[in-house]
Amino acid sequence: MNFTKLNLSRYRTQLGLLTIFALILASFMLTSPRVFLRPTIYLAFLSTVPFVGIMGLGLTLVLISGEIDMSFPSVMAFSGYVCATIFSATGSIVLGVVGGLASGAGIGALNGTLIRRIGIPSIVVTLGMMFLIRGCINVLSGGLGKSFTVLIGHPLHSALVGKIGGFIPAQSVWFVALTVILWLILFRHKFGNYVLFVGDNEGAARMMGINVDRTKTIVFILMGTLAAFAGLIDSFRMLKWWPTMGEGYMLTTFATVFVGGTSMFGGEGTILGTFIGAFLIGSLEAGIVAAGLSGFWTQVIYGLLILIAVTIHTLLRRKEE
Amino acid sequence: MSIVQMKNIHKSFGKIVALRGVDFEVGSNEVIGLIGDNGAGKSTLIKILSGVYPPTKGEIYIKGKKIDLESYSVREAHKLGIETVFQEQALGTKQTIWRNLFLGRELTDRLGFIQLDKVKRETDKMMKELLGFTGGGVLPDSPVKTLSGGERQGIAIGRAMYFKADLVILDEPTRALSVKEVNKVLNFIEKLKESGKSCVYISHTIANVYSVSDRFVILDRGRVVGRYERKEISEPDLNEVLIQIHHVPEPAG
Repeated sequence: MNFTKLNLSRYRTQLGLLTIFALILASFMLTSPRVFLRPTIYLAFLSTVPFVGIMGLGLTLVLISGEIDMSFPSVMAFSGYVCATIFSATGSIVLGVVGGLASGAGIGALNGTLIRRIGIPSIVVTLGMMFLIRGCINVLSGGLGKSFTVLIGHPLHSALVGKIGGFIPAQSVWFVALTVILWLILFRHKFGNYVLFVGDNEGAARMMGINVDRTKTIVFILMGTLAAFAGLIDSFRMLKWWPTMGEGYMLTTFATVFVGGTSMFGGEGTILGTFIGAFLIGSLEAGIVAAGLSGFWTQVIYGLLILIAVTIHTLLRRKEE
Repeated sequence: MSIVQMKNIHKSFGKIVALRGVDFEVGSNEVIGLIGDNGAGKSTLIKILSGVYPPTKGEIYIKGKKIDLESYSVREAHKLGIETVFQEQALGTKQTIWRNLFLGRELTDRLGFIQLDKVKRETDKMMKELLGFTGGGVLPDSPVKTLSGGERQGIAIGRAMYFKADLVILDEPTRALSVKEVNKVLNFIEKLKESGKSCVYISHTIANVYSVSDRFVILDRGRVVGRYERKEISEPDLNEVLIQIHHVPEPAG
């Protein structure tokens, strides 16, 4: 029996999601051909979607492990602050980036420690962290932003957010690469197996010798690092850092993950679904506005989409049993 | 030669005392029926032996070697040839059969990536040879939640068999099983004995335990209250002993 043949039926949810995305795009093309039948808008999506998408990948992993993280928007902003501070102190943007990523990993480790060692539920810990870090950012920065315009032309800037071939935003390549890497880790690596089981049945994982504390802490560290990375490339793209960075991303990131098909209950989820969901959610606002509806409709559509998508995913899962 | 010697095992969970000085031994090629009512401490004792948690006090010797209880773990127990089928089955129901089979012991390359083809082939082999799953739509990729209670128990036991333990511990293995499935479990225990292995069979009734065991250890409220060889006690007499134990009030102190 050949076990490595691609079994498409296992990707039903993702294929369904892709179909819905295609249908929505098709309807946008019908209602606003001047916008959606030209490459400009799609290049804009490639430029803006990756930030929510990359944090969505991290959040997917956290949810699969049976936990939740609400602190990532603040981590996103904090890493930019750390980077800017190190940069102005040392003149090295590389050190700044390393510092920024390290700050995200560090906050993730702190989250993991409070959740596992002390036993506080992750929603409470990360909610508290969200406020604490945002507060620290405002106190430390005095509410003032920082400029990154000096980075124009720097190789690191081009590598992270430059235009490949003159028009493809590099952040979209990073998004694709991180999607592939995280998919491989979650579904093809032994660590991913641990993550699936600690989210599915923590007792079972422990009885089979898995270190549950370590697994969950590593997941939070990954989430923190990904949020930090998203914050860094967003600052680089805008050529500035500002203290309220990330505040708008909380809901869209959760929407991306839930519409994508990852369950709230842990033990199962989809990286590909989050990838598609990021583009779906990311393109909605543009499509709604281009169609002539007021931007207020965006929230209505988001809400409907989340409820319908989660209902469908839940019913499909229940049908399996 | 004894495979396992547990001496003076105490275990407390906060204020709750689960085990009070239990001595427990498993010889080579024997089946022990560990019997006792719910709450007697049977599951606690074997979880300590399996490496899930350490005792509060006591010593463990496995194959003559003294175990360092600070570092003892489930993985250590697996390496020493002890496999346990827990009462709660220790399965992730949302995961596939192959993921459950190899959890913690994934066949990987040097970087830790699972060798998928090998793992699925081995799972298929286990399902056909050890468990008798012949076609019928149950595949290595089937999620465990699509299996019946008996089939899930089969996977849990198949896991212990596949990794060729010297000692297999079964915690209430026939609970919620059909008659046919119960017979499969008892046959498996016979086969274990025939191949020179040992088995600890935990039960709160002697219903199925009596026919397969060589000797019995009875636990009550954290203490050993009886040890019998099967040849020296009949099934009805053993049943009587168990009933009597129930009526003895909790000893003081």
